[in-house]
Amino acid sequence: MKVTITVNGKETSAEVEDRTLLVHYLRDVLNLTATNIGCDTTTCGACTVLLDGESVKSCTVLAAQADGREVTTVEGLAGEDGTMHPVQKAFHEQHGLQCGFCTPGMVMATVSLLKENPRPTEEQVRAGLEGNLCRCTGYHNIVKAVLAAAEETA
Amino acid sequence: MSVLGTRVVRIEDPRLLTTGATYVDDLRIPQLAGAAFVTYVRSPLAHARITGIDVSAAAEAPGVVAVFTANDLDDVPPPPADNPLAEPLLAKDVVRYVGEPVAMVITETRAQGEDAVELVAVDYEPLDAVVDVEEAAKDEVLLFPEAGTNIVAPNGPEEFDDAPFAECEVVIERTFRNQRVAPVPMEVRSAAAAWDGERVTVWSSNQNAQTTRMIIAGGLGVEPDKVRVITPDVGGGFGAKIGVDRDTVLVAWAARRLGRAVRWTETRSESLIAMQHGRAQVHKVKLGGNRDGKILAYRMDFMQDAGAYPRVGPLLANFTTLMVPAVYEIPTVQIRSKVVLTNTTPVGAYRGAGRPEATATIERLVDIFADEIGMDPAEVRRRNLIPADKFPYTTATGLVYDSGEYVKALDRVLEAAGYEELRAEQERRRAAGDTKLLGIGLSSYVEVTALDFPNGETGRVVIHRDGTATVYTGSHTQGQGHATSWAMIVQDQLGIPMDKVTVIHGDTDAIPVGTGTYASRSLQVGGIAVHECAVKIKEQARELAARELEADPADLVLDTDSGAWHVQGVPGTKLDWARLAELAGEDGLTADVHFKPSRPTFPFGAHLAVVEVDTETGLVRLVRHISLDDAGPLINPILAEGQRHGGIAQGVAQALYEEMAYDAEGNPVTASLADYSMISAAELPSFELLTMETPTDVNPLGVKGIGEAGTIGATPAVQNAVVDALSHLGVRHIEMPATPERVWKAINEARGSEKRAAQ
Repeated sequence: MKVTITVNGKETSAEVEDRTLLVHYLRDVLNLTATNIGCDTTTCGACTVLLDGESVKSCTVLAAQADGREVTTVEGLAGEDGTMHPVQKAFHEQHGLQCGFCTPGMVMATVSLLKENPRPTEEQVRAGLEGNLCRCTGYHNIVKAVLAAAEETA
Repeated sequence: MSVLGTRVVRIEDPRLLTTGATYVDDLRIPQLAGAAFVTYVRSPLAHARITGIDVSAAAEAPGVVAVFTANDLDDVPPPPADNPLAEPLLAKDVVRYVGEPVAMVITETRAQGEDAVELVAVDYEPLDAVVDVEEAAKDEVLLFPEAGTNIVAPNGPEEFDDAPFAECEVVIERTFRNQRVAPVPMEVRSAAAAWDGERVTVWSSNQNAQTTRMIIAGGLGVEPDKVRVITPDVGGGFGAKIGVDRDTVLVAWAARRLGRAVRWTETRSESLIAMQHGRAQVHKVKLGGNRDGKILAYRMDFMQDAGAYPRVGPLLANFTTLMVPAVYEIPTVQIRSKVVLTNTTPVGAYRGAGRPEATATIERLVDIFADEIGMDPAEVRRRNLIPADKFPYTTATGLVYDSGEYVKALDRVLEAAGYEELRAEQERRRAAGDTKLLGIGLSSYVEVTALDFPNGETGRVVIHRDGTATVYTGSHTQGQGHATSWAMIVQDQLGIPMDKVTVIHGDTDAIPVGTGTYASRSLQVGGIAVHECAVKIKEQARELAARELEADPADLVLDTDSGAWHVQGVPGTKLDWARLAELAGEDGLTADVHFKPSRPTFPFGAHLAVVEVDTETGLVRLVRHISLDDAGPLINPILAEGQRHGGIAQGVAQALYEEMAYDAEGNPVTASLADYSMISAAELPSFELLTMETPTDVNPLGVKGIGEAGTIGATPAVQNAVVDALSHLGVRHIEMPATPERVWKAINEARGSEKRAAQ
């Protein structure tokens, strides 16, 4: 089937198999490889992107379901001039990433979390990121980064 | 002021945060354009004879390029005749664990591969499987009948001498299981291969490109110079990516057989059964001491479950063996070990690799001993810790601990935690009959890092004519931040700003000799190699500058703030690095170092965990975790803290949540991330870290390794805290992971025995 999806502000279109997942559309059709695949059970959140501004796990959304809608990946988050989004900046400054694999998903989940709750408590951040797994940071600096980004943007 | 020791944010981050890293599966490069995909057919049985494989249906499925079985592997070296336990590339006659590769399907697209593996018909004749390591050690079911036993590396005495225990007022005997866990790097295993004539390039996610090259060359039967390994960004390793498994060797093989580039990335569920596991030991232990708190004798009789093939099992057992005496002065230490094969996924290194197991057991025993003699566990530790004035200290296992302040580390943690207040709060809750009891758990630890010190590490620093520098390192990043810390080391010595330093790793053409990153070794070998290169370059530059400025070399001064040389007292005339590189002429300004330290180093520390245990549900919640991890002077405190955070989380995970479990037939029951309880942000508090920097004399920067401290220190502290919360009920031990079910049972058993005693 043919899908047309606006990704990071640009309209994209392709013929895909019905079963094509949004994450495969992003990675294999558009070659936007920042969005990672970390599991096959919708557990790890590495593939988190925004679909019409809401965070979704793109391994559990069919490309067909995104037809006619807007998707934002971490590649589309920084400004035109390359200025990092406050969430990206906070992850950098707080050392909220090590290997970087969970990072794009973690950043997108954070953007969504802060949109819903601009001034979360530490506990709310931890509960809000429960669906995004990281093996490197022990989450300590990720939580700090989210709180710092909230501080910055609120 | 030196940049070393300052909190520098990572220079590699903006890329990772904006365009994302480039892992193997992300490679969109011409050499891999049109690459076919590999999907493995894996054994669904733990132990079975293969009686036939029919690939005809799969071969005709859409998009299938080829289907290969062991019979197709006719151009690789045969398994060594003198090793009956050799691991084949593909299982031929027998499968020995669920997940063992049996056949490989090559397809045009990834999805076609997933469809086609379903069509490969393998006939199995099931054999009895042995899953439990103690059962396996009885040799009733053999994995390799021709070897005659499942035990691969027995070490230690036939009989133990009981005399030292006979003199003790208190003797404790226990069996502890250090459960099998999965490393779960967020990036699973992944590889791609493309041949150009007689030479192959393999892109691989690993912790050591040079070792990976040797494994691939050996597997294919080609000279190592016919293999180039490139490691792009790596999404975590934790020991599980030291070298590569047969799955990656076969990717290179298939590319040769097909004359076409191929690529492979496993799924997570595949990874959980096919990537090596960690820990998996059973310890039978005996500890004797007196009521004054002195420990007099300690016996550790243990088994390492190696899984279906020996791999590094003997190495892991050796790590544990070496660290059995731990942080204590114990007059008698007795050790025996066996490495045992079982019908499970092979076990390998996982953050700590043998050392967390040794620490977990003695730290549990010290607490039980403290309970037995009615002494505070902190006080028992203080009375047995090796005192600061005894370093260097030679242990019962022949190690020489370089430096340590064990008592001070413990006391600082106790003070920061507010130990007395915590104990008072614990009493208050107990007295009030609170259903949320407080538990306080301690651990003191020492670990060995860079135990493979004779391998050392390579470094090369090149200064270019534009004044920039390139560092080539045999170390290998999987998220640790070498691009930043190696650049800091160069800036410290040469005054070339970090943003003008490029760090290259993981390409065997650029760095033919290297050892890699594991065993918390990077900084103390690879970092020192870079430091020594910079020192050498400084001396070359001094000579060049002296000649150019017609001065005595001894009078030349390098201003590391500006990165320029001048003659003492004549700051107006300067030579910068660009000019010096030019002056160096054709040979350039280059230094090579293969740094080999004389000994390993011994980081140490203490952890204190505070848990709340819900007596009605058995649920444990970690509420505070305080740690002091001393690995000598810090090059970049931010990075060191990051290493500690990650290790602590993995340690907590083993103590409370994670276990790779099998049923009696050898079926893995936690084979997806939906079943394997990997720890998330919601289960953890923020950590409280204390710093202490006791240098070693083993290297010029005085540094030790920090990568594995967290798992070693945190696991027993948390486990001890859980038991401590319930100790007044008579609970003396709860196995890991301390799941609600286990904790609830322990509470109820203790209450039941209390009631029985009252009747």
